[in-house]
Amino acid sequence: MARNGLLIQYEWCTGCHACEVACKQEHNYPAGVCGIKVVEVVNAGQDKVFVDFAPFTTRFCDLCADRTKSGEEPTCVKHCQATCITYGTVAALAKEQEKMPRSSLFAPK
Amino acid sequence: MAKSTDQKILSTLWSAGCGSHGGCGCEIFVKDGKVTRIEGDKNHPWNQGRLCAKGLAITQYIYHKDRVLYPLKRVGERGEGKWQRISWEEAYGTIETRLKDIRAKHGAESVIFCQGTGRDIGGPITFLMYAYGSPNWVQVGLAGHACYTPRLGAMAATLGPSGYCVADCSQFLEERYESKEWTPPKYIIIWAQNFTAGCHDGFYGHWIVDCMKRGTKLISIDPRSTWWTTRSEIHLQNRPGTDGATALGMLNVIINENLYDKKFVEKWCYGFEELRKRVQEYPPEKVEQITGVPAHLLRQAAKLYATSKPSAIQWGEPVDAMPAGSVVSQAITLLWCITGNVDNPGGNVIARNSHGVTTYPFSSAELSELYGVDLVKRLNEKRIGANDYPMIKGFRGWVQPDVLINQMETGKPYPVKGAWIQTSNIIGGQAADPRRHYNAMKKLDFIVCVDLFQTPTTMALADIFLPAVSIAEKESFRTWWQPLGVSVKAIDALGECKSDWEINLEMAKRLATTPIKYNNVRELIDSRLAAGNTNFEKLKAKGGWEFPPKGHPSRPYYRYEKGLLRKDGKPGFETPTGKCELYSKTFEEWGLDPLPYYEEPKESPIATPDLSKKYPFILTTGRRSPVFFHSELRMIPWLRELDPWPVAEINDKAAASLGIENNDWVYVENMHGKIKVKAKVTPTAPANVVTVPHGWWLPETDGKAPNFFSTWDHNVNNLTTMGNQGKSGFGGTNYRSGLCRLVKIQGGKE
Ligand code: SF4
Ligand code: SF4
Ligand code: SF4
Repeated sequence: MARNGLLIQYEWCTGCHACEVACKQEHNYPAGVCGIKVVEVVNAGQDKVFVDFAPFTTRFCDLCADRTKSGEEPTCVKHCQATCITYGTVAALAKEQEKMPRSSLFAPK
Repeated sequence: MAKSTDQKILSTLWSAGCGSHGGCGCEIFVKDGKVTRIEGDKNHPWNQGRLCAKGLAITQYIYHKDRVLYPLKRVGERGEGKWQRISWEEAYGTIETRLKDIRAKHGAESVIFCQGTGRDIGGPITFLMYAYGSPNWVQVGLAGHACYTPRLGAMAATLGPSGYCVADCSQFLEERYESKEWTPPKYIIIWAQNFTAGCHDGFYGHWIVDCMKRGTKLISIDPRSTWWTTRSEIHLQNRPGTDGATALGMLNVIINENLYDKKFVEKWCYGFEELRKRVQEYPPEKVEQITGVPAHLLRQAAKLYATSKPSAIQWGEPVDAMPAGSVVSQAITLLWCITGNVDNPGGNVIARNSHGVTTYPFSSAELSELYGVDLVKRLNEKRIGANDYPMIKGFRGWVQPDVLINQMETGKPYPVKGAWIQTSNIIGGQAADPRRHYNAMKKLDFIVCVDLFQTPTTMALADIFLPAVSIAEKESFRTWWQPLGVSVKAIDALGECKSDWEINLEMAKRLATTPIKYNNVRELIDSRLAAGNTNFEKLKAKGGWEFPPKGHPSRPYYRYEKGLLRKDGKPGFETPTGKCELYSKTFEEWGLDPLPYYEEPKESPIATPDLSKKYPFILTTGRRSPVFFHSELRMIPWLRELDPWPVAEINDKAAASLGIENNDWVYVENMHGKIKVKAKVTPTAPANVVTVPHGWWLPETDGKAPNFFSTWDHNVNNLTTMGNQGKSGFGGTNYRSGLCRLVKIQGGKE
């Protein structure tokens, strides 16, 4: 069976944390545990300070198995406020990624 | 989790739950009478399936162990935290007796009706207040009324009361980004706002991201570096508190370099020559000295904005908190006026309550429509601060909070005896100088608090605590601005909680001097919705929302050409001259300067150089967190985990010179007070600016006096003061531009 994953165009990630809370709600994860985490990445250039965010899946991401089984999209994909997460087969996502700057592909399972 | 069997209810979010200004369409899933989860509604044009972190955590809010589920009465001293459960009948009865007694002895005006931020509370609280006969609707302690009102007032004074504007991200059109009528703004100027945090002022922040993906570019005006400034073509990094000068400098460039929209100005604007003369006082080089923004960057930003039509400006609450807040708002409003970016697709579009239905009466005009001209006018005579400030009297039916605190302390011109506090954490939240407010309010004869949780305010002040419901447990309606929406009751109220509307309707019936015509809340809601030719059931059946029909005055664009803004149906604006007033006749009538000008913050390196030696940092508060709203939600585990402590953002080099490391505990202190926060050491903070988010208390600590959930230790408003209001009564606080120093706590630990 084809492996599935998440393609995250982190260029758009605003650090709003919606994906993390969506994941928590879906799985009812206890404190400290989540399928996705978002960290702030600050680069201090000479004349400008750059603020970005990097979301990454963790060992607790099950790609929302319960949802995807019944044809629903993962909850982080649905709720991402910047609409920057895509779910699909790793092969299809990799193809999409060829045209997508500042993105990461995650295959957590 | 198997969820396919859960019942799904479509609803609209605003008020208790996610807490914010709201508008998201949501799906509430229910099983066996319990909410199992809340998701975004893909079919709702407002958020298109998304929710912010706060919305996604609502179940933890509804079922939190600390929610107060029964009416309580205080049995010990105020602050002792001794409560006794009572019945609603006893609660209502006690309140009725006490409030009638105060009214008989001191007049209805001696009871103030207090709310917090703008949610669905504006309707129920004014309903009760006018029924009782008091004119004193107030956000207690909100110095200079510094939240949205200065902006609304300035827009009303320029474009008329039907002329409030927001950046056009297609939010007024059902088809949204696909709509043929709409075009994305070429540029959006982000003025003092971090849109990541949610839906402030009813504007869903991520709409800007949606526009960026469709080609919109950004210009940012912000002292800090943020995700948004990183993606801006130009970032004007001004000194906090100087935004008025920045706006005047941009006006200067646009006018002197002939970049304004001549046709629009000639046909639709009044007072251009006067404005031209005034802005000569603000050449970019002078503005650079005030703001620290390099003159060439200011020129570049002004040029890009003026020559890239359509472009829009979207602003945040800091504008209100500037010295002379309404004047800064006016200067910014004039930028979109002289560039003709008024009610055009992709510009600053006029925002009106959907279908003409009022849920939250912003202005005196709306209050008069709801409650009668005579009553509002008569009561206005006694409204606190209205006689001191014509703009307060003429524009908005609120109390001026800086005048109120004096009146509570002195009893002049009449004493304040009671307070009805609903959805407001005065001491732990909005009030500047909270200790002063605590001292004044604890002397009041009788105080009712309506809330969902105990807060520093309810603990310190309540005699009777009435438990309110969350958004999933009530019926409500919303028009701020579009679409027209309803909140649908998904589950029965927990415990004995009731909705704000239910509570206030019942109290109004008991206290009213003329009979209340509504038998129940549904009748009241339907009577309001009638203005939109609809009712609750119809909207609910449609999925909870509806956009106004084509041609309706609450639908864009170019309404000033079509005669849709003025009561008399003529083209133009609802202003004295019928035009967009660059020289504001309304400000003139209120005894204010009709043209914008710059005022320096009262405490700043320029205004008070000696103080600045002692307190070398500029203190700016109120930076929003994407997981909290004001003082709310600190008890929600999923959210607190993401933003666990009160912090101060400190520049890395400045921190190094003080021996402060990331996560060290530090005191932030100034001449008004001192609090304890964790250092967030970051190059995103300018060298001399310290940013401290507001509203921090620790619900997990002791709620009784004197601790009150550690509010004195962590609430940055302990470093702010009252009494700095601008000439209009609006703005001019030190929420956004004060002074402070940092002291590392021994070893960086507590
Ligand atoms: S796909 Fe599901 S499990 Fe994985 S991070 Fe997203 S929400 Fe969590
Ligand atoms: S929801 Fe989207 S934008 Fe928000 S933090 Fe997660 S990935 Fe980033
Ligand atoms: S953006 Fe967040 S806070 Fe605002 S209505 Fe939506 S879920 Fe609630």
